[in-house]
Amino acid sequence: MQDRKPLYLMTPALAWLTAFMVIPCLLILALAFFRRGLYGGIEYTFTLENLALVFDPLYAGIFLKSAWIAGLAALIAVIIGYAAAFAIAAAPSRQQPILLFFAVLPFWSNYLVRTYAWIVLLNREGLITGLARWLGYDAELPRLLYTEGAVVVGLVYNYLPFVILACYAPLSRLNPEIAEASRDLGASGWTTFRRVVLPMTAPGIATGFVFVFVLSIGNFVTPALLGGGQFQMIGNLVYAQFLTANDWPFGAALSMILIAIMMGLLTLQTFATERASGAKREGS
Amino acid sequence: MKRKMLSTSALSAVAVLGMSAALQAENLVVSNWDGYMAADAIDSYSAATGNGAELVLHGTNEEIMGKLIAAKGKGYDVVFVSSPFAEVLHNLGLAEMLDHAKLPNLANLYPQAGELAHDPGNTFSVPYAWGTTGLCYRSDKLAEAPDSWMDLLAPADGVSGKTTMLATDRWLLGAGFLAKGYSVNETDADKVAEVRDLLIDAKGTLLAYDDTTFYAKLVSGEAELVHAWDGWCNYGIAENADIKYVIPEEGSDLWVDTMVILKNSENKDAAYAFVNFILDAQNHGWAAENILYKVPNKPAMESLSSDFLASFPNMAISPEELVTYEQLRDVGEGQRLYARTVSEIKAAP
Repeated sequence: MQDRKPLYLMTPALAWLTAFMVIPCLLILALAFFRRGLYGGIEYTFTLENLALVFDPLYAGIFLKSAWIAGLAALIAVIIGYAAAFAIAAAPSRQQPILLFFAVLPFWSNYLVRTYAWIVLLNREGLITGLARWLGYDAELPRLLYTEGAVVVGLVYNYLPFVILACYAPLSRLNPEIAEASRDLGASGWTTFRRVVLPMTAPGIATGFVFVFVLSIGNFVTPALLGGGQFQMIGNLVYAQFLTANDWPFGAALSMILIAIMMGLLTLQTFATERASGAKREGS
Repeated sequence: MKRKMLSTSALSAVAVLGMSAALQAENLVVSNWDGYMAADAIDSYSAATGNGAELVLHGTNEEIMGKLIAAKGKGYDVVFVSSPFAEVLHNLGLAEMLDHAKLPNLANLYPQAGELAHDPGNTFSVPYAWGTTGLCYRSDKLAEAPDSWMDLLAPADGVSGKTTMLATDRWLLGAGFLAKGYSVNETDADKVAEVRDLLIDAKGTLLAYDDTTFYAKLVSGEAELVHAWDGWCNYGIAENADIKYVIPEEGSDLWVDTMVILKNSENKDAAYAFVNFILDAQNHGWAAENILYKVPNKPAMESLSSDFLASFPNMAISPEELVTYEQLRDVGEGQRLYARTVSEIKAAP
């Protein structure tokens, strides 16, 4: 008989996941195949029209738009986050925990509060405008808040710590002798980074990118607050189906597709990480 | 202040009268928007009637409707919803047909409040507050006072980028319907498409869609002209007297928030007692004085001071004028078209 202990230890977590994640997801999945009643209830007749409607150009377009904004946010977060993680990993080892602490410090405050802080900064009568006026710039600034840029900035800001942590892990584990060997064999600093460091830390980059992308594509708070409701992302559409249009079946269909996209990406990322670490083990 | 003392003394009186009444008390469940009635209304009601009562909150009509439809109206006794949703509850057979003998305070309502299009004769709903939707603006910043919906939908150069519109589908579309001279309940696909195009053009000139903080944007100066419910414009007026409210010449909708007793309520007598309690001139007047919403209660409105009415001119819009505007009605299947149209507007570049 195998040791059963791990199973017992996992039971609470599994029970939690089953009750609050798996079962609700299955309920949502089921809802997607029914019809909306005339007054917003659910009519229990089987239909595929909700799923078909997701591929209607209007809604497919909103999916693409969300993917674009999420992709842009993830890309920017990876560039900034990787650089920050690189700097932290290169710092004296005693300082690294302190620097990491500062990187995750924003997580100690509420997401909404952090997002509202951007409204205070960016609005037409906000701190940035005030600063510009104080510096003597009297002309009207271009609009900062309620733009696509503001939404991307909000997403990058809120999810950046994930990227820093994800990239810091492989960077800090990197054996400095490998980079030294590359230099000794005649590679320039840039070539060493591009051909040695970057490939070995790619799993961290992939993890960071997928995290930011997945969290961003389903986000509805940031587009609502920083986009002024003018940039509809898929999260806002799902929200609207459940809470204003009262079309739960269509909202469920949209959620299912969204969850499928997220799961697909996370699975790909897990495979990529597995393969990368497998290759590393073979190589060593 | 006086009210608070009154209710505290009433409470202690009940406490003295004994616990037996409280023990037998039915437990009434009322669902309302946050802050839409006096914080002590539930306690005062319990004190006055000896019935236990509990207030639960809903953020939107749709939220409470979702719960009511899913539970067939069980678990709630009285709900506050806007009139189109009261209509839906009635159409679904979830609303109690009202026995007016149990609501003597109905006599306080203006006669117009008994003839509302969604429910003539108050057969299943009792109006709680009513008002208009129009333009709220900074009179010190706009060169000219707005008087048309087109001033919002196609703003002048200096105003462009400094306007907001309500995002809730019925009111967002309503602005377009009124501008075009259509019914606020129009469901003809061509006319809705025409309004959609108008609103997509208007979107390019907006600062934001905003249902909740538009008056704060006026106060800060971020916005200068916003699409607003009259009561909410008053929150801006309270902070800056240069903020004014106007009903555009094309008209407004008449919105009515109502109280509905659920047919499946197990505490019907207590539910009637609660609705009747709210209709008391003093209790109903609380909403006018504190939430700055017009209430359809004649003695309550007549008790407002002339200073108050001078500060908040839209509180003085008469019931006669209010009922000239068309009410938002439940549009049944048309709601799907509305939801899709609003998605099209929001998704437009």
